[in-house]
Amino acid sequence: MPFTENIGGATLDGLAYLGGLAKLGASAARAVVMDVFERRRLAYGRAMHQAMAVGIGSLPILSLITFFIGTILALQSAYELRKFGAMQFVADAVAISVSRELGPLITAILVIGRSGSSFAAELGTMKVNEEIDALETMALDPVRFLVAPKLLSMLLMMPCLTIWADFMGVVGGAVFGMAAAGFTFKTYIVATLNALALRDIVTGLIKSLMFGLVITTVGCQEGLRTGLGAEEVGRSTTAAVVKSIFLVIMVDLVFTAMFYFGIG
Amino acid sequence: MDELHSADAHGSAQAPVVSIRNLHVAYGEREILHGVSFDVLAGETIVILGGSGSGKSTLLRTLVGLESPTSGEVIVRGKNLQQLSEGEWRELRQHIGISFQSGALFGSMTVGENVALPLLEHTQLDPATIEIMVRLKLNEVGLSGYEDYMPAQLSGGMKKRAAVARAMAMDPEILFFDEPSAGLDPIIAAGIDQLLLKLKEAFGITVIVVTHELASAFLIADRMVLLDKGHIVAVGTTAELQTSTHPRVRQFLDRVAEPELSQEIDYLQMLTGEVPRPRQ
Repeated sequence: MPFTENIGGATLDGLAYLGGLAKLGASAARAVVMDVFERRRLAYGRAMHQAMAVGIGSLPILSLITFFIGTILALQSAYELRKFGAMQFVADAVAISVSRELGPLITAILVIGRSGSSFAAELGTMKVNEEIDALETMALDPVRFLVAPKLLSMLLMMPCLTIWADFMGVVGGAVFGMAAAGFTFKTYIVATLNALALRDIVTGLIKSLMFGLVITTVGCQEGLRTGLGAEEVGRSTTAAVVKSIFLVIMVDLVFTAMFYFGIG
Repeated sequence: MDELHSADAHGSAQAPVVSIRNLHVAYGEREILHGVSFDVLAGETIVILGGSGSGKSTLLRTLVGLESPTSGEVIVRGKNLQQLSEGEWRELRQHIGISFQSGALFGSMTVGENVALPLLEHTQLDPATIEIMVRLKLNEVGLSGYEDYMPAQLSGGMKKRAAVARAMAMDPEILFFDEPSAGLDPIIAAGIDQLLLKLKEAFGITVIVVTHELASAFLIADRMVLLDKGHIVAVGTTAELQTSTHPRVRQFLDRVAEPELSQEIDYLQMLTGEVPRPRQ
């Protein structure tokens, strides 16, 4: 029965892929911890370099996008809320949606486009140029040397970027609030702070950490699995972006459901 | 296999540094090396010769642990590669240097940082000493003053030299060299050959070179291994290979093109591994 065989085969492939990600993530995390204990400056230097690339480099575009997303959210929620004369809840709607969902998600998608793809391209090119082989033969573990600094920088930068995205989203919402919902900037911010509980922010930050883990492992795994030839680097990069977006949405669903039914 | 009995001539007094026994290596279902055996003695330069697809690069990758054999043994410095623990691998790899075909310099680091990397990672030397060592190593390969260049700013020959400097950083006992003259013009390639000879003379290291360049091979080799379609055709000194009458050795050394396989018998001979006779 080829149909069921195909489904079974695809499921097994999918599970093997996830297993590979878990293994890569675990060895990279172990390497990060070991490096902290052994106080290796070299890895720190690389992590900081990566963190600058992942974090600081994406701030302008992230600010712009999340600002607009905040405004769009305010517009969309006002569309319904004004039917009930409840325009004062625009700030609440924007604050909750941005901090729990769209802040982390938009940040993740932007970081996938900027950094996940570049991780895959960088490691893929290194694979094609035999640089990964060179590392191995020099007794330098490619995971410790290349993946661990990326994971560390990603786990540091994703929450920071997400907080910034949340802030810019609220500012974007405030622009609409001031223009069309009778808020001043101060009253909008006060309304936002009243609407938000700490757990909303924490929920988003937990998600952002998980997204960071997914983006790093998928990007690096695709890079390290690059075949021979320049076109393979392109294929890895595309695969890294597509698979990261898919997995980030999956992880988002799982965590949103967990927070809804359980601890959220 | 046409053993040109030079292993005994060299080998009775010395223990081999690298010993390969009945090595089989496969990529999936496709077997690349079909039972390869030979020894490499301390201080000699051995050249693994072979055409494209002969399995010579696979052999080199297996010798440095980048591929695992399906059966057979590789013994390096008295240790069987199949039985090494992670720690033993790390230890062994500090005694071997590898220069890859493309150079494989890390593109995000300067030439100096590339050479310094193994020293930084595997030794407790202070930065000032490492800087001096990097300068020495680059001087040895004729690249003094290029510490701060990025690999992308170097020419092909300079990249190869920088790769040799990096491979030599830890003062290895064995230097593996994949296709020293690939992609280089004859003058630059001759320069790399001279560099290898100089290094060998200065440090007495064992050098294992994989190449298909005959001129280069005869210049640098003490002994040669001729590989064809995953089998060893001949092992011997350069003189022994030059005077060999083995048809496959002659075909390779005299650079005779593969005859066209237009007749059924030729095709059958090819499948059975016999060498088709060039048509008159």
